[in-house]
Amino acid sequence: MGRAPARNARKTVMTFEILLQTLASGVLIGLIYALVAIGLTMIFGVMDIVNFAHGEFLMLGMYASFWLFSLYALDPMFTLPLTVLMLFGVGVLIYKTVIRRIIDAPMLSQIFATFGLMFLLRGIAQFLWKPDFRSIENSIVNGGVNLLGIQLGLPQLVAGLGAVVVTGTIYWFLHRTKLGAALEATAADKEAARLMGIDSHKMFALAWGIGAACAGAAGALLSTFFPIFPEVGATFILIAFVVVNLGGFGSVAGAFIAGILIGVIEVMGGLLLGPQYKLAVVLVLFLAVLMFRPQGLMGKA
Amino acid sequence: MRRNFIRTIVGTAVMSCLGVSVHAQQQEIRIGAIYPLTGAAASAGAEMRQAMELAADIINNGAKSVPDLPFAQGGGLPGLKGAKIKLIFADHQGNPQTGATEAERLITQEKVVALIGAYSSNVTATASQVAERYKIPFVTAESSSASLTQRGFKYFFRTTPHDDLFVHNAFEFMKDLEAKKGFKVGGIASFNENTLWGNETTKLQAKLVPEFGFNLLKQITYPAKSTQLTSEVQSLKVANPKVVLQSSYLGDAILSMKTYKELGFMPDMILANNAGFTDTEFIRTLGKDAEYVITREVWALDLTNRNPLIKEVNNLYFSRTKANFTGNSSRSFTGVMVLADAINRAKSTDPEAIRKALTETNLRAEDLIMPWKGVKFDATGQNTLGRGILVQIVDGKYNTVWPFAMASREVVWPMPGWDKRK
Repeated sequence: MGRAPARNARKTVMTFEILLQTLASGVLIGLIYALVAIGLTMIFGVMDIVNFAHGEFLMLGMYASFWLFSLYALDPMFTLPLTVLMLFGVGVLIYKTVIRRIIDAPMLSQIFATFGLMFLLRGIAQFLWKPDFRSIENSIVNGGVNLLGIQLGLPQLVAGLGAVVVTGTIYWFLHRTKLGAALEATAADKEAARLMGIDSHKMFALAWGIGAACAGAAGALLSTFFPIFPEVGATFILIAFVVVNLGGFGSVAGAFIAGILIGVIEVMGGLLLGPQYKLAVVLVLFLAVLMFRPQGLMGKA
Repeated sequence: MRRNFIRTIVGTAVMSCLGVSVHAQQQEIRIGAIYPLTGAAASAGAEMRQAMELAADIINNGAKSVPDLPFAQGGGLPGLKGAKIKLIFADHQGNPQTGATEAERLITQEKVVALIGAYSSNVTATASQVAERYKIPFVTAESSSASLTQRGFKYFFRTTPHDDLFVHNAFEFMKDLEAKKGFKVGGIASFNENTLWGNETTKLQAKLVPEFGFNLLKQITYPAKSTQLTSEVQSLKVANPKVVLQSSYLGDAILSMKTYKELGFMPDMILANNAGFTDTEFIRTLGKDAEYVITREVWALDLTNRNPLIKEVNNLYFSRTKANFTGNSSRSFTGVMVLADAINRAKSTDPEAIRKALTETNLRAEDLIMPWKGVKFDATGQNTLGRGILVQIVDGKYNTVWPFAMASREVVWPMPGWDKRK
């Protein structure tokens, strides 16, 4: 179906080069999926709340980059730390104003609260910045590069590398710092951690901050090549859920690997089976994971 | 007894006359408008809404600068003793289910006498079904899916030409290029989003390519809300077509252009099917990467030198919105004007009378801000006098390039490669 018709034996056919290039594109978009999913999985891991407004953090990260670029001519690559910091603040703020009040509420209320938050943030974005599609033109990361005969967009490449760096930092933070260990401890057992003198509210706020910051970083990295609009989060959140599910709820390393896996499966499946099936392939995988390995690749069952 | 009886009759008659006239003076004609005011198509929705509000404002309050436009004298509809048009907007969010629910709400609760909408063909399909059930006329000014007028509906009218015609136009254009300009067009691929509109287009293109004697290399459909279009574009590269016939909404149109550039895909021509490619944001967002794309259109700013009315009305629109008309907003404007014309001739707000008046519509080219021969509906409710044009983006503007007789510029073919642009 996706193969070139035999009579079209002209210049381009399905070559090794095209396969390799598609694979590379899949890895790069997969890294972005991973970054979005890491924030989501972290919030879930630490406090068992599914954040439906996570895509909106991504959207806010994109808009932060956009406005800093269009108002002050600051490149998204330079303002990345600022965007991350801002989103960290937004995450903490949302925890303190909304989430804190529903920690002990039934799960359904929690779902509705973050679901409502999603619509609220979208609505605010639409009200303040209009529903227009925006984009950042002439960022310092622009054009394409040729790596070993593979044509790659520089924005995509930088975004992929950025995602690796951010994920690495998070991983280092969780496993090599005291604060990270405290966060992990809270995730493992809230009560026991509290007995050890760890303030769980502080840890929850931290998880929300870092979770939002991850989405913010993903937004900033995406903003150089993806159109920016109030509903942009919806495009990514569905895939982020699949990634979190595949990687295992709460597992950062799992989300990272699963993100890349999903990216590659999506584009390669699309190329080999026909683009119309690319989402179907991903969702079939999602169902398969739910049926045969519900704890995910690296989840704690 | 008898005298009393007569007195009662006369009294009732007087009262009812008074009642009617009082009623008529305050009468407003409530028209429901179902559009995507939020969601992926919200920016198009906003500009169509502004165009429709301009039309209502001209009818209600007049516009001295456009004396040739019907109803430009203001003061409402003369056929209904100066009744004013009131547009009641509803948001369908691009969702067919929401569209149907909103249509029902507008009819039953807002008591609208007619509906107009809904831009997205799949929403128009469901919303007009509700209207048909309630026997309320539904006018679509923008939805161009051909199947909409093949359902045998009695209360459904479409002012715009439909996709069959537009898709035909693209092929006629390519035939014209070969016959009159001596170009060789080469292999064709279609690249369409996968809702109702894109799928209908894909089917029609599969049928028309051999009919026109071209070579179809590949047909690709894709979900409009994609995070990436890599596999799609790679499949296109594998097929290596000279011409890509593309139907996309705004977000995916932008994403596909960026992906073409990223992966170094450059056919001789991208022949686009309106929608995303004619949204004001398309050129603004892509800048020079939008250049040389040809898209079918129903309207272009450079048509103003053929019809001063277009220029005048566009000036009015520009002074309100700081933007020029687009193919979408000019059609929405025209939709309101056509509906107003019918209600005016119906001299009534009875939906049945409006339906009958719509079937008798006969507007001339001079009454319209469209490059059409007029508006006249056939038995299916389709305007038979509409026609499309093709425009090419050069220097950040849409320039009419076909029909050659209406062209303001010579067509640039093939498109210069990504690295050969200033």
